[in-house]
Amino acid sequence: MNTRVATGLMLASTIALAACQKKAPEELPPPPTQTATPTPTAPTGPTVGSQQHFTDAVGVANTVVYFDTDRYNIDAEDSAKLQVQGQYFSQYPQLNFTVEGHADERGTREYNLALGERRANAAKNYLVSIGIPANRIRTVSYGKERPVALGSNESAWAQNRRAATIVIN
Amino acid sequence: MKKLFIFASALVAAPLAAQNEDLGQPIQEGGEVETVMEAEDSEGLTFTITDETALEDLGIAIPGFATDADVATPANQNGTAALGKELARVITADLRNNGLFKPTGPDALPQPSFPEINAPNWPTWSNRGAEMLVHGYVRARSDNRLTVGCYLYDMALQQQLVREGWIVEPADWRRAAHKCADLVYSRLTGESPFFDSRIAYIAETGPKDNRTKRLAIMDSDGANHRFITTGRSTALTPRYSPDYKKLSYLSYVDGNPRIYVYDIGTGRQTLVTQSDNPTFAPRWSPDGRYILYSMAVNGNTDIYRVPSTGGTPQRLTDAPGIDIGGSYSPDGSRIVFESDRSGGQQCYVMNSDGSNPRRISFFGGRCATPEWSPRGDQIAFTNSSSFNVGVMTPSGGSVRILTRGWQDEAPTWAPNGRIIQFFRTERNSGKAGLWQVDLTGENERRLPTPVDGSDPAWGPILP
Repeated sequence: MNTRVATGLMLASTIALAACQKKAPEELPPPPTQTATPTPTAPTGPTVGSQQHFTDAVGVANTVVYFDTDRYNIDAEDSAKLQVQGQYFSQYPQLNFTVEGHADERGTREYNLALGERRANAAKNYLVSIGIPANRIRTVSYGKERPVALGSNESAWAQNRRAATIVIN
Repeated sequence: MKKLFIFASALVAAPLAAQNEDLGQPIQEGGEVETVMEAEDSEGLTFTITDETALEDLGIAIPGFATDADVATPANQNGTAALGKELARVITADLRNNGLFKPTGPDALPQPSFPEINAPNWPTWSNRGAEMLVHGYVRARSDNRLTVGCYLYDMALQQQLVREGWIVEPADWRRAAHKCADLVYSRLTGESPFFDSRIAYIAETGPKDNRTKRLAIMDSDGANHRFITTGRSTALTPRYSPDYKKLSYLSYVDGNPRIYVYDIGTGRQTLVTQSDNPTFAPRWSPDGRYILYSMAVNGNTDIYRVPSTGGTPQRLTDAPGIDIGGSYSPDGSRIVFESDRSGGQQCYVMNSDGSNPRRISFFGGRCATPEWSPRGDQIAFTNSSSFNVGVMTPSGGSVRILTRGWQDEAPTWAPNGRIIQFFRTERNSGKAGLWQVDLTGENERRLPTPVDGSDPAWGPILP
């Protein structure tokens, strides 16, 4: 897989190559820490079907996969995350969910909409390949319209080139 | 759990009613503009401009338009005399803001009387260094409409070069001013008119991670600004139909990116195609009979064509990869579009039935958002490697980069193909604005909008 990625990078244009840093953003929010629950008797935790329940179960870092500039391939790191998601959705077969595809701001608007759709579909197709029925997965592209990192630098762009899994609730 | 399932279904196939949820009140469009006076001396008698001054240095005096009787009009609360001054101000601003000539407006000039419109008081104007003189009048008609006359005189010849008049609804008084500016511009440059036209664009407010994006329209000078959508849903990439009766644009009103066709007269909109797949990048054919759109199926985006009155869509591209956009040649025979079938974004030309696609861009950068000039001889595009706007010939030659912003994209042409409008995004803040540059690459200027703006789409000359 690493070889494949490296080959792909070499084939990319020099401009894209220059822009391609190591793709995983370094400043991910920390995973939720299990602190002592003050009232263990009351069942006030997140319910199945909520985004919070999904995030708590798989870890927030596993809810989002990231892509290189202009690319949409699922690499080893992405597939590991999607496998964790797949286990969760196999455990809760009643849940439908959405994969949101996004692009960074350094692309034209319409192309980025199509690119976000392609990324969302890449993540969806991987989940289908590991046994999640396609009719449970909705995709939606936001192109460059909904950035999570607001700077105009490579680190921010890397965080915005993503496919995020959202549980409908 | 059943409830969850129903909600999910609703997202995939939203009820028809939801399609109109983001729309504001329908806007009242103005009436017809009737041309009442042909320039009677336009045939056989063509005057040559005697002055050798470069056009941008040509002084033009534009005093207030006269009125035969200062009466009340819905177009101006102070009556037709005040309206006459406003008409001259609009003409002056049109020319000045586009770097055309050296116009002097009514606030710095004496006011001619009504009889002088046909017989200028030459000594009054020859002392002011103007090579050209614009005169005009406004008259309130008994049917409540206005007659506006426009005359262009050559000061050296002391001759009338051209004149024309129009009958307009009071609400359309600015159109008469734009038509006068167009008359002056066309007579002095030999170019086709462009002022009497409108622009659709996306008005943006709010922080970068939560921008409100509304469909809005305005005249070519930014006046008569109106919002079409409320901002509840994100709206993107509008295009006017050639007859200005409809707008196609992308909306997330049902939660998914879809192209809608909004009818300006009725205030209602319909999906460009009945499909659960996302659709992007609407474009009209020059005759208004077809709409191009791009649709993603399983992540693969292709370009389709559908009759604008509805009907069966026809798929025009089938290469793997993202084929998107598409802009017709003025004669409707060819379409320029972008595709990443060769790796990065590049521009291609195909016949309007989708046959014979061939790449035209080989300038070294990436080519996106191509737009065919209304004159047919140029294609504007975004260099999406450097994010500048450029032009090239339809065969991909004579590439010229016209802009130097941090991120410039999405060119659109003035109706006469002499000016390119685009949007410029600022680094970090993400704030965007509408800009214009002449085809020559000169005279870059920002078009004022009430809030930030992006995705401009300049329509043709108004019918």
